[in-house]
Amino acid sequence: MLLHVFLIIISLSWLFPIGWALFNSFRDYNFTAANGYFSFGGFTLDNYANAWARGDFTRTFLNSVIITVPAVLLTLVLASAMAFVLARFSFKLNLTLLGVFLAANLLPAQALLIPIYRAYRAIPLPEWISDSGTMLNSYLGLILINSAFQLGFCTFVLSNYMKALPHELYESAEVDGASVWRQYWQITMPLCRPALAALATLQVTWIYNEFFWATVLLQSGDKFPVTSSLNNLKGQFFVDYNLLSAGSILVALPPIIVFFVLQKQFVSGLTLGATKG
Amino acid sequence: MRTSDKIVVGVMVAIPLLFVLLLIWLPAVSSIILGFTRWEGIGGLDTIQWIGLTNYKNIFTIYPPFWPALQHNLISLLYLFIVSAFGMFIAVLIDKELRGSRFYQTALYLPVVLSLALTGFIWQLIYSTDQGLLNAVTGLKIDWYGDAKYNLWAVLVATGWQHAGYIMLLYLAGLKSVDPALREAAAVDGANQVQTFFQVIFPVLRPINLIVLVVTFITALRWFDIVWIVNKGRNGLEIIAALVTQNIVGEASRIGFGSALATIMLVISSVFVVIYLNVVMREAK
Repeated sequence: MLLHVFLIIISLSWLFPIGWALFNSFRDYNFTAANGYFSFGGFTLDNYANAWARGDFTRTFLNSVIITVPAVLLTLVLASAMAFVLARFSFKLNLTLLGVFLAANLLPAQALLIPIYRAYRAIPLPEWISDSGTMLNSYLGLILINSAFQLGFCTFVLSNYMKALPHELYESAEVDGASVWRQYWQITMPLCRPALAALATLQVTWIYNEFFWATVLLQSGDKFPVTSSLNNLKGQFFVDYNLLSAGSILVALPPIIVFFVLQKQFVSGLTLGATKG
Repeated sequence: MRTSDKIVVGVMVAIPLLFVLLLIWLPAVSSIILGFTRWEGIGGLDTIQWIGLTNYKNIFTIYPPFWPALQHNLISLLYLFIVSAFGMFIAVLIDKELRGSRFYQTALYLPVVLSLALTGFIWQLIYSTDQGLLNAVTGLKIDWYGDAKYNLWAVLVATGWQHAGYIMLLYLAGLKSVDPALREAAAVDGANQVQTFFQVIFPVLRPINLIVLVVTFITALRWFDIVWIVNKGRNGLEIIAALVTQNIVGEASRIGFGSALATIMLVISSVFVVIYLNVVMREAK
């Protein structure tokens, strides 16, 4: 009984900050300014309409999609190819290769900032890929760095998953004369669907939430994804917290929906990396 | 193996490898090299001057934010360890398959899916001087995000709120895989629940413990988004990750100096990279 009381208090206090933002996002600024936040009433939907317009959410959500979807697909294709080779064949360098990928995943992004920033500034891109003319301030640059950073984790998880598949699978494939590509694309990949789904769920959330690279590599506001554009809602001289709440809820909604709809994939994705199986 | 298969395997390895080498390892090595130079970033690579360890000497002696930043990173590390222990504690309680454990789990886990930057915004509604909940309840007039005396702790509380659920989840997965026979044996031997946990279960969870150790280290070292949102890492919120960024983004362009700071981060991170690789490689073999 005591245990339940304790856990309920903890749970409610954990939910509280989100609940508080949700509650105030539906309240009129003038009402809370006059009556304080410790009040009830002044309910309105205006904050959402205002936040949507001021935060330019139509554009920033689109930017998030433009960055997240290709980055996740690229990560999964590259990671699964690498993982397949690591799991299917044994070379002397197998463990070293896995180490190269896995360690890359752990390096702090800031430690790579300066060379990446300078290199991106110096690499020209044709106008039709990037209107800035360089990798800096382009969607492509952001997609590539996000993928590179997530590759290690995905490769590790997928290679563990593939190693657990029965080896007879490949023996009979060899007998049938199936090429390596067929073994990868038509035999292994369909069997990896659960792991791929779990990773995709996780990666969509992570890349959508990514803040550092988007902040430093995109300089013009028109390419910012949702997460790094919340600053638009802060006025120069004062902050309308009800507006900010509405904006925060809008930004929080996609990952929360993903979490509730795909909870199983989400949780298994996270723990796949930590435990085996 | 057929020649065509060899080519396919080569390509399947080469492209991902090139990605990681060019976008992660090459920049990491470049940071280390640039740390020994002075370069304002104007003009070509030939304008780079080699200055040996001068950047490091300057960082340690005449760069005021460095020592506070290191201290703040250490405080955040200690604090996040306490939060991790709390996450483990909650996992142990929930693991008993109580009624409602699903609800507790979801409540603690929900903040994990949000970005740390967004966490900063959500907590602003609690910390604001004039309109924040905390001052309204306590009657204080503190600028929790602005005042250098309090802002580190304010930001840490918000970070802990986000971190705990992740650790809880890792331990829940670990606890589920513990052989029930172990608990039964401990119960037969007359061990109480606390003894059973610390003497039987906790040692079995060694791989998870090491992973959590590394995750906590990385979170403390990479800790950045929320600090950048609050005040770009100044006035009480200096951290090494923000110092690196300040030296390159905006007007300042002290490439050599910033790279030396970045190298310090790399050196610190290499410690737990080695720990982590040891754990997972042993399992992979």
